Amino acid sequence: MWERVKTFASEFFVTGDPMIYGADVSIVITMIGIVFGLTYFKKWGWLWREWLTTVDHKKIGIMYILAAFIMLFRGGVDALLMRAQLAAPEMNLLAPDHYNQIFTTHGVIMILFMAMPFMFGLFNVMVPLQIGARDVAYPFLNALSFWLFFSGAMLFNLSFVIGGSPDAGWLAYPPYSGIMHNPGVGQDFYIWGIQISGIGSLMTGINFIVTILKMRAPGMKLMKMPMFPWSVLSSCIAIIFSFPILTATLALLFLDRYAGAHFFTLDGGGNPMMYINLIWMWGHPEVYIIVLPAFGIFSEIVSTFAKKKLFGYKSMVYAMMIISILSFLVWAHHFFTMGSGADVNAFFALTTMLIAIPTGVKVFNWLFTMFRGKITFETPMLWTMGFIPCFIVGGLTGVLLSVAPADFQFHNSYFLVAHFHQVIIGGVVFGYFAGLYYWWPKLFGFKLNERIGKWAFWFWNIGFYLCFMPQYALGLMGMTRRVVTYGWDKGWWEMNLVSTIGAGLMGIAFLFQVWQIVYSVKHLQKDETGDPWNGRTLEWSIPSPAPVYNFATLPHVTSQDEWWEEKQRRLQGHSAPAPAKIEPIHMPKNSGIPIVMSMFWFFTGFGFIFDWLWLAIPGLVGVAACMLVHSFNYDTDYYIPVEEIKRTESAIRGVTS
Amino acid sequence: MQHDMSTSHAHENHGSLKSYTIGFVFSILLTIIPIAVVMNGWLAGKASAIILMITAVLQLVLQLIFFMHLREEKKPRYNLLTLILGLIILLVIVIGSMWIMMYNMVAL
Amino acid sequence: MAQLHDSGLTGHQVSHTEHHDHPDMEEMRTFGFWIYLMTDVIIFGTLFAVYIVLQGNTNGGPGPKDLFQMGGIIASTFILLTSSYTSGLAVLAMHKGNKKALLGWLGATVVLGATFIIMEINEFTHLVHEGATIGTSAFLSAFFTLVGTHGLHVLLGLVWMIALMMQIAKRGITPVTKRKVNVISLFWHFLDVVWIFVFTIVYLMGVS
Repeated sequence: MWERVKTFASEFFVTGDPMIYGADVSIVITMIGIVFGLTYFKKWGWLWREWLTTVDHKKIGIMYILAAFIMLFRGGVDALLMRAQLAAPEMNLLAPDHYNQIFTTHGVIMILFMAMPFMFGLFNVMVPLQIGARDVAYPFLNALSFWLFFSGAMLFNLSFVIGGSPDAGWLAYPPYSGIMHNPGVGQDFYIWGIQISGIGSLMTGINFIVTILKMRAPGMKLMKMPMFPWSVLSSCIAIIFSFPILTATLALLFLDRYAGAHFFTLDGGGNPMMYINLIWMWGHPEVYIIVLPAFGIFSEIVSTFAKKKLFGYKSMVYAMMIISILSFLVWAHHFFTMGSGADVNAFFALTTMLIAIPTGVKVFNWLFTMFRGKITFETPMLWTMGFIPCFIVGGLTGVLLSVAPADFQFHNSYFLVAHFHQVIIGGVVFGYFAGLYYWWPKLFGFKLNERIGKWAFWFWNIGFYLCFMPQYALGLMGMTRRVVTYGWDKGWWEMNLVSTIGAGLMGIAFLFQVWQIVYSVKHLQKDETGDPWNGRTLEWSIPSPAPVYNFATLPHVTSQDEWWEEKQRRLQGHSAPAPAKIEPIHMPKNSGIPIVMSMFWFFTGFGFIFDWLWLAIPGLVGVAACMLVHSFNYDTDYYIPVEEIKRTESAIRGVTS
Repeated sequence: MQHDMSTSHAHENHGSLKSYTIGFVFSILLTIIPIAVVMNGWLAGKASAIILMITAVLQLVLQLIFFMHLREEKKPRYNLLTLILGLIILLVIVIGSMWIMMYNMVAL
Repeated sequence: MAQLHDSGLTGHQVSHTEHHDHPDMEEMRTFGFWIYLMTDVIIFGTLFAVYIVLQGNTNGGPGPKDLFQMGGIIASTFILLTSSYTSGLAVLAMHKGNKKALLGWLGATVVLGATFIIMEINEFTHLVHEGATIGTSAFLSAFFTLVGTHGLHVLLGLVWMIALMMQIAKRGITPVTKRKVNVISLFWHFLDVVWIFVFTIVYLMGVS
């Protein structure tokens, strides 16, 4: 009996690695700490009411961003481990199969569990405020999206200590990811973790499209909307049409593994190349999904910190919409070398080159916005300045890669690795950091310390170039990606060492960012104005942090940069418009269904991963039950009475009404 | 404020018995035609495939108009726009996959 | 609006005293569902692409001509089409405020839909007994997945329709239940449209 338990445990839990035992211990200690803390401070009710069942977009956004930061830590540690292993030739820090797991989890986490939630967090906290709305179109669905993401991320991360991490790369190409070559559960953790959080992403895409199209403040025609919501719209259009492809493709891979199907197997008539074809049909739009909102953030920041209206508003809008649609026409450039043939390759090489053009238009527009502006370099603007040269170089190397014959040399070399890290870090990561520092005062009511922020920025920026510029050279020298080590005779070790030093600098930068937050909380400098940057858009017209209903009365909009125009009008002596009569505000009620349903999805995934139908079937039944309970529930809204609104407004504005 | 019950949905697409029945009858017709073509072997190969696809697409359009009231949408026509975009991406997926996977040097 | 100082009002009670700047929530929900349907189009599109690419890979096993029994398929096609029509008649009854007819036509739709499902389960069971399973070949993997996914959608639609009938029986025709009927009838029409293409591309082209 004891023998059976031991055998089960040795398969179920990941064994033999001190790092993982360490992780086991810290996970248990952390969980005990959280339970103890909540009980001691009697905060269980508060946690449930204020956070676990909230449908408030501002709180959901904060939860997304917090999760993203934690995932940034884990993905970053993965990166540091890899760079440590590659710092010198023939190192034995990481065994080959361990290295495979680390590059796999690094990729999945950074793109799907760091960039996506960070992005959704910024959507959530800012889009309703910028368009003068009180919440998103579907607050319940919004909460469900978050908890599905959480559930999927938990599942994926659990594979580190239970069952084993996936090791087939972030896109899990068959046949290696099929059941014959990868019979362990790691690959199934991959499938279910991504599948469950992917449903959440799709729902968010739908949510924000309807929010932006239908819930703008009176007078805010689409062409008067700020640039960030436009970027969100273009991103969400790509989300709704690409994520279903991912859902279908992962389901097919699971059917291969679980039900003996032959979609992507080497036998039975399967075709692994079809997987690669389909997964990149999702994969390419995905990277534009994450970069487009960064573009929107940069537009906001550039015009605010140059104190100048954004140059070429219309062309900016068209550029983003074209990028969103074109992103569906380039996917085969990820497998030029797979034998599609010259005519297919030629077509996709052309479309790939084409997509660089609208991005170029945007860069010129940012530069023209800055020209003759009154520029100041607070942290958000620093990150923007860092983005521009970085992303341009990354984009240019993309054009080099798009030349299909040349790509036969570049493909899967470190040249490629350097390119995609440059556009993702330079574009997406710098952009989301810029947005976070820009909007932080609106979320929390205090500014982050500028001095420490500058340290963080410079360590990130310099660390980035040190880490990745040598990798272009390494790629051209023949170093391929995903190699656990290399020989002394290759002549690669100097560049690798420099690259590792750069990675270390970025690790230090992350520590600065954490310290910046801790320091700023300790030496709290409250922002009483609600408008610390002298902003141009509606979110800066309400107090920080925003009250639960956002706007006591919905603003009436007449132009782009409405808040800036309003401030100019007041400076010229026009009085502020008489506030409209306050009426009761229609708000959605909290709900426990999103977190409960996500828990049932977790059980379903876990059950199918281990082929424990006694867990999976009840999981599915639980999901169905939650949906039915929600369908039968008609008591979903309430009204905030006028007195309460007036009380809140005078408290936060210091105004007597 | 009883009138709001119906006017709050002024966008409502009201079909009529006539339009639903026309849609139903023509859908039956557009189903019978391809069945007859195939089961009686009237056409073969490419010609058959073309007729089949034409009747299918016609029935799609018919049902969009008569069952799903697509024409009656008020401006801005977001439903129509999303549908067109969706169909374009659908065609890219299907035709793109066919081109890449079936007309290359390594096709099975 | 003196009565609104009560904070306990629920959404459906006051939806007909909505403020002029309050977006029409029911219209937004119908629009959101339409967008969801477009994402379902993409899922089916992917499955169709897979079917088309892999349909020739029968791994030495049976192909469409060996397996498809067109009589039953033709019958179930007309049954599903008729159920699409009855769901439209349900919507018409709803606009006339006729709750009994609404429930009646929805019930007819459920019966026809359930018949479709039973026939499809029959077909699948028969195939499995013949030794044609999802693991036999790429063609069959693609077939069962594409057709089975459609069937799963129909099954979920039936459960949903029954739940909705219960809600209408209890609460009558309100702005919220109206929206729900509109939404599920959109879903039902969509499923019939997908079936047109399954029928054409999988079955008709398979045997021609």
